[in-house]
Amino acid sequence: MVDRSIENFECGHRACGGCGASSAVRMILKGYGENTIVVNSTGCLEVFSTPYPETAWKTPWIHSLFENSSAVASGIEASLKKQGRLDTEKILVFGGDGATVDIGTLCISGAFERGHDFTYICYDNEAYMNTGIQRSGATPYDADTTTSPAGVCSTGNNLPKKDYPQILVAHGSPYVATASMAYPADLMKKVEKARNTKGPCYIQVHTPCCTGWGFDGAKTMEIGRMAVECGLWVNYEVIDGELATVKKVKRVPVDDYLKAQKRFRHLFKPVRNDAEIAKIQAIADKNAKKYGIDIE
Amino acid sequence: MTDKTDFLNGNVACAEGALAAGCRFFAGYPITPSTEVAERMALRLPKVGGVFIQMEDELASAAAIIGGSWAGARTMTATSGPGFSLMMENIGYATFTETPIVIVNVQRGGPSTGQPTMAAQGDMLQCRYGSHGDYSVIALSPSSVQEMYDLTVKAFNLADRFRTPVFLMTDETIGHMREKITLHSNVEIIPRRELKEGELPCAPDENGVPGFGTFGMGHNVHITGLTHNEKGYPATDSAEIHEKLVRRQVRKIEDFRNEIADVDIVNPDAELVFISYGAPTRTVRQLLNDNPDTYGHLNLRIVWPFPDESLLAFKNAKAFIIPEMNLGQIAKEVRQHTNIPIVVVPKLGGALHTPAELLKAVEVAKTVKKPVTEVRL
Repeated sequence: MVDRSIENFECGHRACGGCGASSAVRMILKGYGENTIVVNSTGCLEVFSTPYPETAWKTPWIHSLFENSSAVASGIEASLKKQGRLDTEKILVFGGDGATVDIGTLCISGAFERGHDFTYICYDNEAYMNTGIQRSGATPYDADTTTSPAGVCSTGNNLPKKDYPQILVAHGSPYVATASMAYPADLMKKVEKARNTKGPCYIQVHTPCCTGWGFDGAKTMEIGRMAVECGLWVNYEVIDGELATVKKVKRVPVDDYLKAQKRFRHLFKPVRNDAEIAKIQAIADKNAKKYGIDIE
Repeated sequence: MTDKTDFLNGNVACAEGALAAGCRFFAGYPITPSTEVAERMALRLPKVGGVFIQMEDELASAAAIIGGSWAGARTMTATSGPGFSLMMENIGYATFTETPIVIVNVQRGGPSTGQPTMAAQGDMLQCRYGSHGDYSVIALSPSSVQEMYDLTVKAFNLADRFRTPVFLMTDETIGHMREKITLHSNVEIIPRRELKEGELPCAPDENGVPGFGTFGMGHNVHITGLTHNEKGYPATDSAEIHEKLVRRQVRKIEDFRNEIADVDIVNPDAELVFISYGAPTRTVRQLLNDNPDTYGHLNLRIVWPFPDESLLAFKNAKAFIIPEMNLGQIAKEVRQHTNIPIVVVPKLGGALHTPAELLKAVEVAKTVKKPVTEVRL
């Protein structure tokens, strides 16, 4: 087991108070252990954690561009491998959901096809937060963002959240997992497992964003847990293509989770939109059935 | 309907100009400092029966507006330097397939990720030469919120008239500042010329521009980025066809430099003449306002094709002083058209030139002898 007392992500950076991503990254670096090399896509994490003198990183760190982190990681990995240094150095990629499920897909697909030995972490705050809350392919159905504005013509983002982990399962990745920053022990365990798995591993981590989702930054953990408890986020592991573990819950309706966030308030005000809420409940129900998350 | 007065930022004014020009298709991707253009279009287009698509990246954004254009719409995207770099392949494709599109580049500090929230004019040569091969483009440069609106309208008309990508090369300062603006109830719209029956889809008219064979209008057009003959079919091994095509596409713009030119000429008798475009124009105007009848000023609302004949208006010019928020990109172009000494006043980092800095350049210009002199601020 890796030494979890290490702090490779220092405090004092510029993230919003209650930022889910920053807590997740700190725990992920604890889980990934020593001799970690970080490749970081453009995004909130890159911007809030790096400016001098509040730089948070105590690892070798490279900001790639927006779309190319897994290709840069491929180059690092191939070079280390040739030098016989891959046993000691471990490569960790961070990309936000936009950098991952939208602009980065080409490079991710190539890297996973070639089978480089690295771990890709998608910190999923469900929109482009760095540029001011625009929808991404990971934005949930009906969320209000600045490019999927809820109003007379629309109930918000009218597309489903892309099931990205399954795309990487289809690439034959040896280890694909989902996790939530609200379940830190589970998160760190999965990250360590990825470190110890040869080949390209993928973990998508749910990281609530108080600024983008519209909730009090003191409630980040609570919101993260509510997402899991209502079935809109499922924590699971797929090992060598087979579903290996699933976080089971005593599921509650999606209402309270939605009500707690301003990005869904148009579903409740001025009048409750039962038809749309039912569609979101159906997404949770489908998740529950697909992954068997309900405690009987 | 009457004209409406409003108080908007430049990016929003750009979106409103596009809507006024009949743009009903926007494909884009978030990037600072241009995102407000996309956000405004996301809000407004559904209400006027238009299409807003958020694409997965800037390659896709540029490609989608090419597709939307061939389906008959006036189309636009907006981005900044890093996204603009990603669009280069599609820009070359659009020039070679003569696809009318409008691309807004709200410039920020480069290279690479650079200074996302700071103004710059560092992409002026990239917009002219960034894609591979020989081609010409049209690029506009607004220096106020009103011009963001007016020149966006103009960009669509130029794109359709010349069947070419047109760039609105603005910057973070103009994009994010707020000013009073008049939104017109009616703007002039010059539609693209539809392909006539019996006309070959890539055969030029007297202006060097072929008719546009909108998809689904019975034309059976064949669009390709390969070298193509006048029927539109690939003819890649003919040196003659290739040279004729490339030269015709360049000439259809370069031969009309004077028609396209859009400049302000102030104090043409002056000896010291400022040349500027975009945000630096504001500082030059302040200096001219503080020192009436002292300096000449050539303001470029259209930078490409470069309106070289307007330099001749300044018959007494002893020096051209060129403040740019780059290391002197347009100054290089000016140099190609004149033997009058040039004083380059580059400024990087995001802040505008100050009038005092321009006065420092004036002192240099008074005694300048060398063809090109750079003023270090």
